[in-house]
Amino acid sequence: MKTIPFILLITFSLTGKAQLSADIILERVDKNMSSENRIIESSMTIHGRRGSRTMTMRSYSVGYKQAFTEYLTPVREQGTKMLKLENQLWIYSPSTDRTIQISGHMLRQSVMGSDLSYEDMMEDRKLTEIYDAKIIGEESIDNRKTYILELTAKVTDVTYNTRKMWIDAERYVPLKEELFAKSGQLLKRTTLSDVKQIDGRWFPTKMVFKDMLKQGDGTAYEISSIKFNQQIPAHIFSKASLKM
Amino acid sequence: MIKFLIKGLLRDKSRSRLPVIIVSVGVMLTVLMSAYIRGFMGDVIETNAKFTNGHLKVMTRAYAENAHQIPNDLALINVRDLLTEMQELLPGIEWSPRIQFGGLVDAPDENGETRSQGPAIGMGLDLLSAKSKEIERMNLSRSIVRGNLIQKQGETILSEEFAQKLGVNPGDNVTLIGSTMHGSMSMYNFKVVGTVSFGAEAIDKGAIIIDIEDARLALDMFDSSSEILGFLKIGYYDDDLAVKTAEGFNARQDSEDEFSPVMKSLSQQGAMGQYVQLTSVWSVYISMVFVFAMSLVLWNAGLLGGLRRYGEVGIRIAMGEEKGHVYRTMIYESIFIGIAGSIVGTAFGLFFAWLIQKYGIDISGMMQGSSMMLPTHIRARIAPPDFYIGFIPGLLSTILGTMLSGIGIYKRQTARLFKELEA
Repeated sequence: MKTIPFILLITFSLTGKAQLSADIILERVDKNMSSENRIIESSMTIHGRRGSRTMTMRSYSVGYKQAFTEYLTPVREQGTKMLKLENQLWIYSPSTDRTIQISGHMLRQSVMGSDLSYEDMMEDRKLTEIYDAKIIGEESIDNRKTYILELTAKVTDVTYNTRKMWIDAERYVPLKEELFAKSGQLLKRTTLSDVKQIDGRWFPTKMVFKDMLKQGDGTAYEISSIKFNQQIPAHIFSKASLKM
Repeated sequence: MIKFLIKGLLRDKSRSRLPVIIVSVGVMLTVLMSAYIRGFMGDVIETNAKFTNGHLKVMTRAYAENAHQIPNDLALINVRDLLTEMQELLPGIEWSPRIQFGGLVDAPDENGETRSQGPAIGMGLDLLSAKSKEIERMNLSRSIVRGNLIQKQGETILSEEFAQKLGVNPGDNVTLIGSTMHGSMSMYNFKVVGTVSFGAEAIDKGAIIIDIEDARLALDMFDSSSEILGFLKIGYYDDDLAVKTAEGFNARQDSEDEFSPVMKSLSQQGAMGQYVQLTSVWSVYISMVFVFAMSLVLWNAGLLGGLRRYGEVGIRIAMGEEKGHVYRTMIYESIFIGIAGSIVGTAFGLFFAWLIQKYGIDISGMMQGSSMMLPTHIRARIAPPDFYIGFIPGLLSTILGTMLSGIGIYKRQTARLFKELEA
């Protein structure tokens, strides 16, 4: 009879240790992936059923509440701008000279035909703030050891109820991610690569997003330049800047 | 003897004129009803064909698989070449490219900010080409509630209900927010020039109609279209012809390429197939019920015609004419009357049916406020069965009536006949 409390004690202490480790891993991931502010120049190649299109953009963001993106190429998209303030999103189209707020079901629409939705773009909070994590296994990706974390939403206003992340065991950046709906259906899969050390943090510079409900070969996102902790003028995050 | 009987019929108007008129009227009504029922049932098909299905529809194979989602990223490309090829290959069909799309219509306030916004079902139609029949096909001129039709590019028509919901009037500007063929977000400004009401809730709730060239610009669909609708030049849907045409066209295409064009007849497009089958079956049922009813009427007329000649038959038998001969001559006469009445009735029936087929019966006044998508004109449709269907009541029923009434001839005794004649 004395063995039962002992086994329970061992079990609780092991579970507590695993929980702690998952939280620490997630904190380290947040430390790498989140920043006070950043300026990114990137390209997005959308592989559709009929061919591929590439567009380039420059993005500014401060925390997870403010973001501004300007599309630079191709000509048809040039000058299109997006502004995110808190949980609101506006798009400016130079051809119509109109600023339209994206809301409701429109947020679930694809961004420029990519495998990313506006909701995906809006979601930039720290993972530790919105998910509970637990380690569910280990796996090797491209000869790198990864922890497999299962994330379950602890707040209600998240786009994906559960996530599965493969976290590089040394550099604490995700190398693969799967996003699930509440029903358990796999909605999106992301693979991340070309991890570089930038300003003392590890950051993946190539990502391939795949909307599992769409046909096509996914969307490749490549960062050509990323700068952290820059001085970004406050006026950029205003609606007036959309028409500038 | 036949010549003698015909002479008798012609000289005795009471034996020919009235029976022929009765048979003619009955046959005419039968033929007219048959064509009218077929036309009415077909008009519902025609309305759907004009709005969405066409008699034939050409799409890419990939688009056809998910056509209900309007996947414009899988739309037809090089449409001009394809149209030229189809016009040469199938001269008996009018082709009309269309772009269907979904999106949001956004009405701005005086500062250009969103004042109101609503989801829309869009149609890009060939409205500005000189040869296009899309305005007539969609009955746009008669559906206008306010303003006017699209006169030039950059103009749009909204459904009246949608315009009211957005608080938009003719003369206002709206922005269409949609998705390009490549999936990018697209925004395009339009000037509202009119509002329409089709009388169908599904469309009236949120329709935006633009010229196809505007749709191509707005949705980045240069020389592309979601689908090409084909309309048989005979003016109505002929399932056998449409299916045969589609099979012939598809046999020439590369079945391995998901972006090669595929042609589908109206009956091969989802639920419309079941409706087409139901229509043909019910047209036959309704026609047969009417033919049966008319047969009873003409049979009765034949019966009365025979009985009316009771006295004449009595005299002929009293004079020594053989009963069988009397009976046979009466049947021969009824054959002549039936044939004459059926020919005349069929001719008149076909003539009136042709008038209704060509000009139609305007029921637009009855359709106001209707939530169903029904045609504004009911048209008859003449088909091969109309050329012989009238002979069933016209000839057979008249003969049967005469045969039945003539049975009495064999029951009459010669002694009794003299008594009747004396009386």
